Amino acid sequence: MTSSAAPTETLLTVEDLHSFYGKSHILHGVSLSVGRGEVVGLLGRNGVGKSTTLKTIMGLVSPSQGKVLFEGKAITGMPAHKIARLGVAYVPEDRRIFKLLTVMENLRTGLDRQGVTEARKQELLDKLFEYFPRLAERRSQPGGTLSGGEQQMLAIGRAMMLEPKIILLDEPTEGLMPRMVSQISEIIEALHKEGVAILLVEQNVPLTLASSQRVYFMEKGVVRHHAVASELEVNDPIIHQYLGV
Amino acid sequence: MSPSSKRHATIYWTGFGIIIALLIVAPLVLPEFWRRFLTEILIWGLLAMSSDILIGYTGMVSFGHSAFFGLGLYGAAAALLMVKPPNLWLAILYGLALSAGAALFVAYFATRLRDIYFAISTLIFSQIFYVAIFTLTEITGGENGLNFSRPQLGIPGVYTIPFTSESLHWFVLAVVTASYLILRRITQSPFGMVLQSIRENEARTRAIGYPVARYKIVAVMLSGLFAGLAGVLYAFQNRFAAPDFVLFLISGEVVIFNVLGGIGTLVGPILGAAFFLTMREFLSRLFPYLASYLNIPHLAEFPYLIPLGVVFILMVIFLPQGLLGFARRWLNR
Amino acid sequence: MGMFADIPWDIIAIQTVNGIVTGMILALVASGLTLIFGIMDVVNFAHGELFMLGAYIGAVVLVTSGSFWVALVVSTLTVALMGAALQVTTLRPLLGRDPLTTILATFGISLVLQNYALWHFGPVPRKIQEPITGQFELFYLVYPWYRVLIAVLSAAIIGGLYLFLKYGRYGVWIRATTQDRFMAQAMGIPVPWVHTGVFAIGAGMAAASGVLFGPLIGINHAMGLDWVLKAFIVVVVGGMGNLGGSIAASILVSLLEAYAVILVGYIYVGGQPLSPALAVVVPFIVLIVTLLFRPTGLFVPTPK
Repeated sequence: MTSSAAPTETLLTVEDLHSFYGKSHILHGVSLSVGRGEVVGLLGRNGVGKSTTLKTIMGLVSPSQGKVLFEGKAITGMPAHKIARLGVAYVPEDRRIFKLLTVMENLRTGLDRQGVTEARKQELLDKLFEYFPRLAERRSQPGGTLSGGEQQMLAIGRAMMLEPKIILLDEPTEGLMPRMVSQISEIIEALHKEGVAILLVEQNVPLTLASSQRVYFMEKGVVRHHAVASELEVNDPIIHQYLGV
Repeated sequence: MSPSSKRHATIYWTGFGIIIALLIVAPLVLPEFWRRFLTEILIWGLLAMSSDILIGYTGMVSFGHSAFFGLGLYGAAAALLMVKPPNLWLAILYGLALSAGAALFVAYFATRLRDIYFAISTLIFSQIFYVAIFTLTEITGGENGLNFSRPQLGIPGVYTIPFTSESLHWFVLAVVTASYLILRRITQSPFGMVLQSIRENEARTRAIGYPVARYKIVAVMLSGLFAGLAGVLYAFQNRFAAPDFVLFLISGEVVIFNVLGGIGTLVGPILGAAFFLTMREFLSRLFPYLASYLNIPHLAEFPYLIPLGVVFILMVIFLPQGLLGFARRWLNR
Repeated sequence: MGMFADIPWDIIAIQTVNGIVTGMILALVASGLTLIFGIMDVVNFAHGELFMLGAYIGAVVLVTSGSFWVALVVSTLTVALMGAALQVTTLRPLLGRDPLTTILATFGISLVLQNYALWHFGPVPRKIQEPITGQFELFYLVYPWYRVLIAVLSAAIIGGLYLFLKYGRYGVWIRATTQDRFMAQAMGIPVPWVHTGVFAIGAGMAAASGVLFGPLIGINHAMGLDWVLKAFIVVVVGGMGNLGGSIAASILVSLLEAYAVILVGYIYVGGQPLSPALAVVVPFIVLIVTLLFRPTGLFVPTPK
């Protein structure tokens, strides 16, 4: 796989997605697409429905209207575990690692799939521990005892164990120290080089612009704007319009 | 009052009047068995309605209403056995006092827990009363229960008439109707609104500043008192008290009445009791008939609770708003 | 405590063994209940009926096959399958609804199963013949080996469950689902089937305890009630959903009840000793004390 700026093939398409959270209408028709191996940023203020968009794609929130296509196939309304098995991985905002499971057991939830050989499992683990040596050190420690940054590594690592075609990454740098933030941007880069697509929800604008090929801007449950990341400056008026306070 | 709610109120009170009128006339035209049957529906309906205060209005499922009912029954029994001649009002007083005591006990402990935990602990607490009544043979008669006679209706020494099955029916009807009107008033009062707000969102109700724990205790007490009243009425009707009436199966049936009829409606649980008891009579006649018709003797003893249990499960899954809720939606369509 | 001074110590020893034996059976029933609760917030009201059906099926298979062990295995597997079927048909549609609805649905199931057993097997209690009839001497008293075997087998089944949860692939799935149902599903774990599987395991364990306990009591359609109530109590006392806590509470409650059987005989009220039957209130007292002082359960570590 090579890293190409212009996507050749669409991997994920979201068409006119509407979602409710309880009684409140959160998504009012979200449309976007992610190409194979492409990193796409999703920007917007708090509460505009970025996280709900990811949850709806993942099948954790069922949409009231609209379509999600993955590799051309409709996955709307499919249970989350089936979507995960198709190659969609999810790293939630609050990480949600299994706190009472050890690091290794957390990883096993993604590794113990049908048709993965022991050798392949070892390969995936070796690669992960190369990126995140800290996880290897703490492999038999309960997830709940890890620091915030380590939990984020584990959440990303756990998603990688699924060998996904796309990772839905929700605010990976939230609450992390600067050193950790740069490590996150390195792992995004590495995943991109491997050909894994990423739909990235972030508040950190410089990181998003640096990591993504394209960005979408959301406002009030709708995608309002769409741009090529390299054509945007961090203090671009558009950024101010959708993110400024 | 807006015209539409005024019209609504007119329809409501007209319907209410017709039903009460029918229930007043019913014992004059019904044969003895069905007269008693109708009285029983009213008593079980009162018990179910009392439990609706918790299930439907406060969002707490009680599996312990048999305890309140049973203590009302045993309390009335105690008064009727101890005082000669048996005194109606004393029986009511004793029954209510005992059930209030039980309700206070359960309320104090069980309201510390929420949701399923509350449900289980009410069940376990009611079982404590069952064990107590079952083992304290010298006072309660244990397994054999207590037999006693009916009091007379009226004020002893002033004017009394003996209870006939008609006058007992009217008496029960009056008590149940009054209870319904009181409970209806309570559920529409500010107190009732707080209970419903606890049901919708307990944390928010607490955050607004309501002492939720105290409201819950009062709700359990209120519910227990009316359940006890049902027990007292049952004492007059049945003239017999036994540990079986304290057993949690009664509580389970009460929950079934609620779900069948529709929770949070007060009338629904009475309807549920009527439906359940009518089905019981129907099914326990149907199976012996089917058994002889199909020539499968074993089928004659087929328990009515199997089809009713299945109906109950189906209602929980597919029709959680109950018969009344379903009827309402259907009428509004 | 002078009035208890003349309790023969060999009786205390006997009651200790009795308490542990009953405690292990109770632990077997309660661990299925708590496992099911922990993973899907379902309070399985029908657990006692699965225990009862297990005992009945065991009795029937024992008559046809002649082997207690065949009866134990067949009954466990049959009831596990039944549990799976019940979960799929009645509990799966309720997933995501108020957990209280599951208590109602399983209550309905318990009514149906109990009445079916009454109709099908009749009111006359059945017996299961114990597989070993030997006895040994315990402080000048004879004690049946079978009771000891029950405790050992229950411990073995619970131990097996522990190892499975700790090391098995599906064990990790179960623990992950218990902790975070949504994240587990997002990791590709088929959560609906994990629920079904756990319900089947819990049902199978209830059935196994029914068969094991069968030789000590008569089997009848209502036998589940006492057990499910006691199991509820130990599950609350041990901390809902906490497996280790339920097991510890089972043994604690059973031991206390066994000792109470002796003690109440030494308490005189109006010149009469109290009836040993009153010992059944002990679990209730333990429950009340727990609710008063530690409503989250005796064996739950203080939340971090």
